[in-house]
Amino acid sequence: MSGVSVTKGAEDAAPAANDLVVLSNVNKHFGALHVLQDIDLTIARGEVVVVIGPSGSGKSTLCRTINRLETIDSGAISIDGKPLPEEGRELARLRADVGMVFQSFNLFAHKTVLENVMLGQLKVRKTDKKAAEDKARSLLDRVGVATQADKYPAQLSGGQQQRVAIARALAMDPKVILFDEPTSALDPEMINEVLDVMQQLARDGMTMVVVTHEMGFARSAANRVVFMADGKIVEEATPDQFFSNPRSDRAKDFLSKILHH
Amino acid sequence: MFDFLKGYDLLGAFWVTVQLTVYSALGSLIWGTLLAGMKVSPVPLMRGFATAYVNVVRNIPLTVIIVFSSLGLYQTLGVMLGADVIDDINFRLAVLALAAYTAAFVCEALRSGINTVPVGQAEAARALGLSFTQVLRLIILPQAFRAVVNPLSNVLIALTKNTTVASAIGVVEASYLMKDMIEAEAQLILISAVFAFGFIVLTLPTGLILGWVSKKVAVKR
Ligand SMILES: Nc1ncnc2c1ncn2[C@@H]1O[C@H](COP(=O)(O)OP(=O)(O)OP(=O)(O)O)[C@@H](O)[C@H]1O
Ligand SMILES: [Mg+2]
Repeated sequence: MSGVSVTKGAEDAAPAANDLVVLSNVNKHFGALHVLQDIDLTIARGEVVVVIGPSGSGKSTLCRTINRLETIDSGAISIDGKPLPEEGRELARLRADVGMVFQSFNLFAHKTVLENVMLGQLKVRKTDKKAAEDKARSLLDRVGVATQADKYPAQLSGGQQQRVAIARALAMDPKVILFDEPTSALDPEMINEVLDVMQQLARDGMTMVVVTHEMGFARSAANRVVFMADGKIVEEATPDQFFSNPRSDRAKDFLSKILHH
Repeated sequence: MFDFLKGYDLLGAFWVTVQLTVYSALGSLIWGTLLAGMKVSPVPLMRGFATAYVNVVRNIPLTVIIVFSSLGLYQTLGVMLGADVIDDINFRLAVLALAAYTAAFVCEALRSGINTVPVGQAEAARALGLSFTQVLRLIILPQAFRAVVNPLSNVLIALTKNTTVASAIGVVEASYLMKDMIEAEAQLILISAVFAFGFIVLTLPTGLILGWVSKKVAVKR
């Protein structure tokens, strides 16, 4: 095993059993553009990692490589000790363990809210219908949209749709959930209802990777902030350290732009 | 005025037209859907096959395909499709040819429907752990079909009229009877009008009903 102990200098023995997502020396290009450059990142079980950085720095791409919605050119990614398999049945199984919440919600437009939350349980986990429905309803209740169960996604507000999307991810009992700017497409008054659900998830111990511009969320929920620029991880720190005392110039520059308006 | 109709099995002939249409429609819907699935599949060989099939088949006149099914498949290769009476063999060969031909158009219509489904739908489905065929079957195709009810209805109407080509291999459908009657009776215009009316009776409701269905099932985004 290569030494990918980017974080936690104290316990730098072999990869800890606690490591859930490990990216080592990951590189990716889009044509001539080197979007991910030598990315080393380890996410521990139960950890909440917020990824921030300027537009185009590769945050979404990083997120999407973790469940192989984007392939990588070199390096290795493993989830819970298992390397990401090639496209196929194995990969599908692994993806079921990695939840994903998108900026544009991506709820299945031809299915009701309830069906959206049941689909993965029925078709991937092979849960029986009654159990799947019970679980879907209780998850919808947990994210506060139980009364919308029989509506279609287009009939819901953005904030409600995103909470359904979170319930849909939770229904798979994922080991980790990836959030790619979950509140960026929302009207301001709906942002908090989604962040509240995510805060609660973080408190419940869910492992989360969150790409976001919501610095309040980063401060209060994140264990670690990863700052990306130009395809590289420039800085990693606790939210306190990062916001009060950023080390790199890129981070200082970025923070001065987003915090002063 | 309509005395000349006596002694002809007008309804029977149109019934054959309806049967040709229904069986070919089902066949082309199934085969066309499979072709559309191949067209978006990650396997290059399948994509290549589907593309080649569509390009070849839709550029050959239907008459050539139907005549080939009779001369090539039946008379040369002895393909009888499980029938033993010549009328049945011809009927089945006609359905096969019509379905094979129409499937190319179904595939193209569906393909354009697939393009209306945002990529995020497939990504969300893949992220849940659904396999490629599940994503296609559960998420993409249901939404694609809803988007192309109108184009498919046009394909179905064209198919209904295309069944007249089956007379070329001796299937006694409406147009076959029409030719018989025109030869035997001195009522060219009236006979044509009767058959034209018959086809309108078949196709107009198809268009109206499917137009209504199209609005009904449209996916709201
Ligand atoms: N499919 C693609 N093909 C080509 N280039 C791409 C593709 N996806 C992303 N890129 C490019 O890769 C770079 C990184 O994109 P990415 O979406 O990961 O950035 P990001 O940090 O998420 O930015 P944003 O904050 O705007 O979402 C950008 O320059 C983008 O234009
Ligand atoms: Mg992004």
